[in-house]
Amino acid sequence: MATAAEVKQRIEDGIDGASADVKSDDDVHFSARVVSPAFDGLSLVEQHRLVYSLFGEGELGGEIHALSLTTETP
Amino acid sequence: MSEQPDSSLRDQIAAAIRDNDVILFMKGTPEQPMCGFSARTAAALQSLPVEFAAVDVLPDPRIRQELSSLSNWPTIPQLFVRGELVGGADIVAEMYESGQLAEVLGVEGGGGPAPAGEEPPGPAPIQIENRLG
Repeated sequence: MATAAEVKQRIEDGIDGASADVKSDDDVHFSARVVSPAFDGLSLVEQHRLVYSLFGEGELGGEIHALSLTTETP
Repeated sequence: MSEQPDSSLRDQIAAAIRDNDVILFMKGTPEQPMCGFSARTAAALQSLPVEFAAVDVLPDPRIRQELSSLSNWPTIPQLFVRGELVGGADIVAEMYESGQLAEVLGVEGGGGPAPAGEEPPGPAPIQIENRLG
């Protein structure tokens, strides 16, 4: 079980200068809006991969059933 | 973790991506999606004047494993256009709304709210989650 606060912490610790707004109603489906200068120059696919890479194999789709993602540069 | 990668299956997936200009890997089918994210992604494509191939990853869990290691993308759905991963449900929705999806596909359309898609039918998703453990 993860909480929105834990997911937020993981993203902000893992990506330089990131601020994440994470919501969850049930602690398995999450939606996150992540703003970081680290996304600059990356394609959307690369931006999302960067966030996904912070989660272990099988964690997305497993314990974290879904992580709906919006990524932006400041 | 100790399972051998299935190279022939991976080759088949790679060939499908190469041979189809637009291909969507999803849970269920466009007519009968088994997950809301797959449903919305298929609905976005169906609302554009484009033909696409759809592969249901549910019949064999190895499809999903091999696809994800091939594409370096952990979740389903996954949309490929001309061999390139365009993205999953969030990116496809975002690109649909901005009109970029139609642009990538080389067609007119899109822009505005993405179609919601049919919600998956009642008991089926529960069976599937049990089966995949």
